[in-house]
Amino acid sequence: MNKLYIFLKYFFIVVWTVFVVAPFLWALTTSFKDFQSVNGGVTYIPWVDFEPNLEGWKVLIKSPAKGGVDIIEPYFNSLFVTCTASLISIILGTLSAYALSRYTFKAGFVKNNDITFFFISQRIMPPIVLSIPFFLFLSSINLLDSLTGLIVVYIVLLMPIAVWIMVDFFNKVPREIDETALIDGCNPYQAFLKVVLPNSIPGLIVAGMFCIIFGWIDFFFAFILTFTEVQLLPVKIVALNSSVTPWWSLSASALVSVAPLIIVAFIVERYLSKGNLSGAIK
Amino acid sequence: MDLVANNLSYKPDDQYHLNEVSFNFKEGNLYTILGRTLSGKTTLLKTIAGLLTPDSGEIEFDGKNFLKIPVWERNVAMVYQQFINYPHLNVFENIAFPLKQRKIDQSIIKEKVMDALKSVGLLGYENRKIQELSGGQQQRVSLARSLVKNAKILLLDEPLVNLDYKLREQLREEFKNLFSKGLADETILIYSTTDPRETMELNGEVIVLDEGKVLQVGPAKEIFENPNSLKVAEISNDPPMNIIEAKILDNHIRFEGIDVEAPQHLSKLTEDGLKIGLRSSDIELGENGHEFEVELAEISGSETLLHLKRGDTKIIVSIEEVLNFKIHDKVKINFKIGRAYAFHADGKLASSPFGGLNG
Repeated sequence: MNKLYIFLKYFFIVVWTVFVVAPFLWALTTSFKDFQSVNGGVTYIPWVDFEPNLEGWKVLIKSPAKGGVDIIEPYFNSLFVTCTASLISIILGTLSAYALSRYTFKAGFVKNNDITFFFISQRIMPPIVLSIPFFLFLSSINLLDSLTGLIVVYIVLLMPIAVWIMVDFFNKVPREIDETALIDGCNPYQAFLKVVLPNSIPGLIVAGMFCIIFGWIDFFFAFILTFTEVQLLPVKIVALNSSVTPWWSLSASALVSVAPLIIVAFIVERYLSKGNLSGAIK
Repeated sequence: MDLVANNLSYKPDDQYHLNEVSFNFKEGNLYTILGRTLSGKTTLLKTIAGLLTPDSGEIEFDGKNFLKIPVWERNVAMVYQQFINYPHLNVFENIAFPLKQRKIDQSIIKEKVMDALKSVGLLGYENRKIQELSGGQQQRVSLARSLVKNAKILLLDEPLVNLDYKLREQLREEFKNLFSKGLADETILIYSTTDPRETMELNGEVIVLDEGKVLQVGPAKEIFENPNSLKVAEISNDPPMNIIEAKILDNHIRFEGIDVEAPQHLSKLTEDGLKIGLRSSDIELGENGHEFEVELAEISGSETLLHLKRGDTKIIVSIEEVLNFKIHDKVKINFKIGRAYAFHADGKLASSPFGGLNG
């Protein structure tokens, strides 16, 4: 029984690991291949099956004049836009979520739950519905094709996620904790900063991760709202594709574009394994 | 410094949580607020703390309008029935929190926290995480946090209700010791509970609260001996006092075919709709007694609670030993009728064996 259990456990772990790691290995080997190695039959092992070269990677940093696509600037643009928009969304989202969780709002028939739903409803609409208003809005304030404009749009997209996650989280933090902080001499701002926020770190991390992921992978708005001045990574990667599919440079760009997400995942995992997320709030 | 309230009312929905509550609490005293769940105890404590603003009425403390002072400047302390601590801080930091908030010197904080830990019996636990403690220990931490401030008003909202039986007994004993010696003379201690036994043991001034209304105020002994109404008699006894509809005629109490000679303090009551109140402990099993049918027998601790029925009259008898009964068994009981209460049809006390409103 016990042996069977251990066998099954490792069996499924191995299967799952292969399932997760294989695409990365495939992308990694492919990124070092050339036209011949990709189209000339199945090859796996560098130096044995095929001769590795850096052509796929070089394309990513060469200027367009030399036949490359130069993703360095779009890469940093994407990082900047995602991080800034996520940070602002988390700050604004957390504040609104706290207010929605702790105070009662009433304007006619509109109450707290309706306001929360209003935030979430922004994510229910298909993006295409939002694209025209966003385009007109940004063009009217002269922010089309600019980083600021993109950040504004991304805040609209990311803040609902933060509000949604944090309202739910704050609702689980007992109100009595805030009240105790008030009784212990904190004013409402101190109670929020010194007591509620430190106990909400797990929620903040989850919300932050979702914001970063959704911000980082967005292609649609980056594609519609920018032209030549500013370009983001996903748009640039799509631009790689030409009449001959360059599998090698596509693989290389895929790897560099998931890299930040993997780094974020590792940091959070480290934090998790230290036990910092568990048991903060019963 | 007195804490005086005048006609406090609070009605957030269509029900009163507080209904014209007035009191005058004097420093150095223990006040017990006794009431069933949802009677407004927590609302009253939160109003005193400043977490709730009443719709109308006034609270004055030390001659100042308390309602104008925000919670964080009121110098009150509160212990909740749920064990509320700051989960992100360890035991020491939890207790030090209110002192740090006042920007008190580190070394003094350390001394005071250690004193508080000692008085709740948690020395050696200062570096533990809150989640590692048992319920009783968590409640001690929150008690220590409320003691360390030397607050002028200490509010304890059913602090023992979420603990298991044994811990409750133990902590109640410690509370009594703390209250009797540890507290400064100028503290007003307000303790809310649903438990009549706890109320009697704490032996302070009791405020009986029901549906937001103060029903009776007085020393614990007085509430127990002379409850001013049926409601108070129900609330201040566990199990609730048995209420029997009876008639007194020619010096005899008659109900359900039972005929008992009326004691002196009841003999002159002849009105209609009279209700006789008898504590479950004032009824005993006896060979020559009146026959009742067992509806339910529950054993709690070393006590047996018998739910009995005869005709339309239902009573509860508590017996100080563990006995086994089956449903529909017949038992014979005697009434210690000399300890019976009488209430008028409107619920007001008519006569008590301890001399309240005699005759």
